[in-house]
Amino acid sequence: MNIKQDFPILKQKIHGKELIYLDNSATTQKPKQVIQALKDYYERDNANVHRGVHELSMRASMAYENAHQVVADFINADFEEIIFTKGTTESLNTLAYSLGRTLKKDDEILLSEMEHHSNFVPWQQIAKEKGAKIKCIPLTKDFRLDMKAAEKLITKKTKIISITHCSNVLGTINPIKELAKKAHNMGALLIVDAAQSVPHMKVDIRDLDCDFLAFSGHKMFAPTGIGVLYGKKKLLETLQPFQYGGGMIQEVTLEKTTWKELPWKFEAGTPNIEGAIGLAKAIEYINTIGMKNIEKHNQELTAYAIKQLSAIKNLTIIGPKENKDRAAVISFTLEGLHPHDVGEILNQEGIAIRGGNHCAMPLMTSLKINGTNRASFHIYNNKQDIDALVKAIQKAQDIFK
Amino acid sequence: MKLQQIDRNEITSSPLTEEQEIYKENIIDHYKHPKNKSELQNYTHKHREINPLCGDDITLYLKVNKGKITEASFMGKGCAISQASISMLTEKIKDMPLSEAKNLKKEDILHMLGIPISFVRMKCALLSLKVLQKEVEETQ
Ligand SMILES: Cc1ncc(COP(=O)(O)O)c(C=O)c1O
Repeated sequence: MNIKQDFPILKQKIHGKELIYLDNSATTQKPKQVIQALKDYYERDNANVHRGVHELSMRASMAYENAHQVVADFINADFEEIIFTKGTTESLNTLAYSLGRTLKKDDEILLSEMEHHSNFVPWQQIAKEKGAKIKCIPLTKDFRLDMKAAEKLITKKTKIISITHCSNVLGTINPIKELAKKAHNMGALLIVDAAQSVPHMKVDIRDLDCDFLAFSGHKMFAPTGIGVLYGKKKLLETLQPFQYGGGMIQEVTLEKTTWKELPWKFEAGTPNIEGAIGLAKAIEYINTIGMKNIEKHNQELTAYAIKQLSAIKNLTIIGPKENKDRAAVISFTLEGLHPHDVGEILNQEGIAIRGGNHCAMPLMTSLKINGTNRASFHIYNNKQDIDALVKAIQKAQDIFK
Repeated sequence: MKLQQIDRNEITSSPLTEEQEIYKENIIDHYKHPKNKSELQNYTHKHREINPLCGDDITLYLKVNKGKITEASFMGKGCAISQASISMLTEKIKDMPLSEAKNLKKEDILHMLGIPISFVRMKCALLSLKVLQKEVEETQ
């Protein structure tokens, strides 16, 4: 199966070289199946949802509701537990504000040093407002969560633990199941930032036993502007809505308002209908290839890339070197070369990678580095792409020799 | 703000020409062997600017005497474009009247660098100008 064929954008040349896209942690490209689904929706079915009894509104509503079911099946949740947001960032922010309301002075929120800003700053700000404290699980020398330290940090004071499933810088996959057990033993809630895990591996929320989980569609072949917040039903039932407006209301009188049932209670206003349809199509695309196959492909590529990159002089990989509990994200630094200069030279070779702090400044501070170069792979990448990457890195080193 | 129009035909699919090359020898040279990289003693002006995108970080020191920049130096770290730019700028503004340095424009910096700067790297290239302008403004 030639998967590159499914991605029209990859059939172009940059500066005379074939485009090699290795920035998949930032966002993935879209297969023609997803692009076609969006076109079909606008050419055939476009209407607002849950509002009209006319044919188009019915079609749009059905497709939109169906998307919730497709996502629910994908992560082994129930329909009522899937709330559409605009992305991981919005999912985490809404949690910070709604759960944050219940925090008291000296309650503790436990994060880790490898969090993306979107799972760091919302908590930091709400903690400030409530007089709560932020604690951080440190890293071990081999770029994993220090679970011994975590043990000590999880106490009766801990109310919320919010941790990334997979680091967007290091590629480390964290032991969420173990953290969920520890959290629940102390009566704390466990929130998972799954922005980098759901696109790359089988995620089963019942198996993880997390309380909430957030991810973005655009990192898994779906459009931008659509994301998911999963929450356990019994928790969502007790939570106050995040936003108020149309589409989420049962009854309004002058005195009070009652909410619709789950998940609509949490989806105020006209939602991103095309995004939801695109996400459902993207999941269908993933299922057609098979998540197992995707995982295997990405692991093989990662192992190959680590081997090839390790052989380059003056290159340091910032992340675990072994393949176990490791995703297809490889950060590295090059002695004497700034990541943006590397990125620019690679661009001249048609290769797209990312350089900088990757929205993880606390991690950069902890590692005492200014930024990294990051190559991240997905299903359409192959070994030739990595060979081209290695050659281009050597070229960059030559230019700066 | 004027929106920058991106002409798709300019996002060329053809190979780079020599004029389009940005890592010219003198840029690399200024990056690896920067001019005037030191903390100036008894400076009259000092200012720091950072560019959060690249983590570029520049502190510019000036010694101004009778309206003329008699000495200029900098400390900093970051990408080759930002560091070459400030290195060249300290050479350019030495012995320049402050009034003239104050009026330096984006075009002057781009001309000084002599390389094509892409939309996303513009902030790196112009951080040197920003630190100079802020420095002079601040101490007026
Ligand atoms: C680990 C992690 N968390 C959160 C986010 C934020 O995702 P989004 O920008 O789609 O909201 C990202 C994406 O960059 C990420 O990699």
